[in-house]
Amino acid sequence: MADAVVRVCALGKSYVTAAGLFPALKEVDLVIDSGEFVAIMGPSGSGKSTFMNLLGCLDTPSSGAYFLVDRDVAQLAPDELSSLRNRTIGFVFQGFNLLPRMNLEDNVALPLVYSGIEREIRHDKGRQMLARVGLEGYAKSLPSRISGGQQQRVAIARALVNSPQLILADEPTGNLDSHTSEEIMSLFETLNQEGITIVLVTHEPDIAAHAKRQVRFLDGHIVSDLATPQREPAQC
Amino acid sequence: MLGAMLGEAWHAMGANRMRTILTMLGMVIGVGSVVIMMAIGQGAQYAVAQTISTMGSNLYIVISGSTSAAGVRSGSGGGPTLNVSDADAIAELDGVTHVAPIHQGTQQLVFGPNNWSSLVVGTTPAYLDARSWTIVNGYSFSESDVRSASRVALIGKTAAENLFGDDDPVGKTIRIRQSPFTIVGVLGSKGQNLDGRDQDDTLIIPLTTAQRKVFGTPFQGSVRVVMVQAASSEAMPMVEKTVTALLRQRHRIRDDMDNDFFIRNLAAVADSAAATTRVMSLLLGAIASVSLLVGGIGIMNIMLVSVTERTREIGIRLAVGARQRDILTQFLLEALLISVAGCLIGLMLGIGGALLTNAITDMVIVISGSSVLVAFAVAAGVGVFFGFYPARKAAALDPIEALRYQ
Ligand SMILES: Nc1ncnc2c1ncn2[C@@H]1O[C@H](COP(=O)(O)OP(=O)(O)OP(=O)(O)O)[C@@H](O)[C@H]1O
Ligand SMILES: [Mg+2]
Repeated sequence: MADAVVRVCALGKSYVTAAGLFPALKEVDLVIDSGEFVAIMGPSGSGKSTFMNLLGCLDTPSSGAYFLVDRDVAQLAPDELSSLRNRTIGFVFQGFNLLPRMNLEDNVALPLVYSGIEREIRHDKGRQMLARVGLEGYAKSLPSRISGGQQQRVAIARALVNSPQLILADEPTGNLDSHTSEEIMSLFETLNQEGITIVLVTHEPDIAAHAKRQVRFLDGHIVSDLATPQREPAQC
Repeated sequence: MLGAMLGEAWHAMGANRMRTILTMLGMVIGVGSVVIMMAIGQGAQYAVAQTISTMGSNLYIVISGSTSAAGVRSGSGGGPTLNVSDADAIAELDGVTHVAPIHQGTQQLVFGPNNWSSLVVGTTPAYLDARSWTIVNGYSFSESDVRSASRVALIGKTAAENLFGDDDPVGKTIRIRQSPFTIVGVLGSKGQNLDGRDQDDTLIIPLTTAQRKVFGTPFQGSVRVVMVQAASSEAMPMVEKTVTALLRQRHRIRDDMDNDFFIRNLAAVADSAAATTRVMSLLLGAIASVSLLVGGIGIMNIMLVSVTERTREIGIRLAVGARQRDILTQFLLEALLISVAGCLIGLMLGIGGALLTNAITDMVIVISGSSVLVAFAVAAGVGVFFGFYPARKAAALDPIEALRYQ
């Protein structure tokens, strides 16, 4: 329990829609320990992205509690949430979400701008991270000049640049072919071996197989939680 | 972090060059016209102040009315009601520094083959003091010249140039209506008066000589105009009262009868002229400010478009840890950069335009450091003011909504 990165208790999220309140997430309990590699699966509309956005402090829950590295996120001021997004969490999106007008090293180093890091160090770090995801020599390229798989690697480099404890990836391979997906997954595996906690959403069982634990969502609930090697999931 | 943001703001401006330039153009035109208008307005104020300073300070003009007997006013055909002894009596009053009786009219001045029509002013030396008129060459005539009706004259610059060209007028003899006059001094230049008349196109001679030899008035010793100078502007109301009382008493005007003279306050005329130009320059400034305002609205407009276009970018920035104030600063900086750059170009064009105006017309322009500073400060203010709303809108975006924006 002491080294839980994510601890979620009875977490719920309802969206206001034209038809009234729509509960996308209902009473979810989940504990993710440091160093885990979790795949979240489930049919479309089961609340996976909703859950990830809550974990990433991009959205606020309607009910329940979320502790990120033992800090109650509900108690935090907006600037503290920004700081969590900046230093503790690295987010990887399905659509890569790079800034189209910035070259790759600046894209990778973007989070460092908001940590108040100096220019030279930012550039060094940016290139270092690009090298780590196998893109040395692309520092000055624009995102539009590289392939989707390469863009996703840049996005991962950006997520890594501030040495976060937790990487959240919402369908990171959703826009990639199976070969490129395998490359991205082995990159995640390497990162996980280095001790970074990873939570990843996917529809594909082969992708989920890279993770050590598979959590399945249905209609806003967790319906199964399988770990390899098998163990009883920690209670909230 | 500010350095990085400035760089990004510069980048964002460059990404949409045409749009940035057009937006800037609004500021350029606004600031440029403010600078030109302020230069023209301040120039006019300066010119009027210059003119007023040539008039002499704290002056009253007492103008004779027409004689009236038993309620029958004889109109302009009658003799003047003021005379030289009135002037002498006024000079004795407290708070009066100089008093000069004046008899003036336009006459033909002749020097050899040249002749020139000028305003000939018959007066006393006190006139020069009252109007703080200097002699740049030669010397003035004296009270004894007035008593003896000497044929001496002081000549203004314009009249001198037209009669003598580049030659020194002092010692030369000119003729007015066949009477010879010796030029004893040349007057310092005063330029135009408030009515636009050239004050240097003049000849000043002793009052007595003027009345006897030049104008040949049948009313010797009477004058139509007496100039009175008060010691200070505070003393002016008191002087006006005592002069009025003195003249009423001297002219034996009953309490129920009107004055047979008018007192005109030249300082008030000057003040109203100054006020008029002040209002004019304010108006010019106000009109120009409207274009500055329009420029500012242009910035706001383009920043709003930019915020909408870059919603997704804002979402990404928020997702990687930008605080609200980082986003706010970024968009404010962009607005500020556009307005300050526009302002700088506008300043240069405005100053250039003002100098050009000065070169092709002979309008006086004044470009003061303070007006340039004000224009700059206002432009920066406009950037912040009109940039603030879009920037706040950007900063208030919800990360998830912004990321989802297509
Ligand atoms: N902003 C929103 N407003 C209203 N309803 C929403 C909103 N976002 C999501 N929903 C609804 O909440 C439910 C869960 O959405 P979510 O995006 O979490 O599903 P998902 O599991 O990620 O699906 P997919 O696999 O298709 O990405 C869906 O039924 C969706 O329609
Ligand atoms: Mg989803």
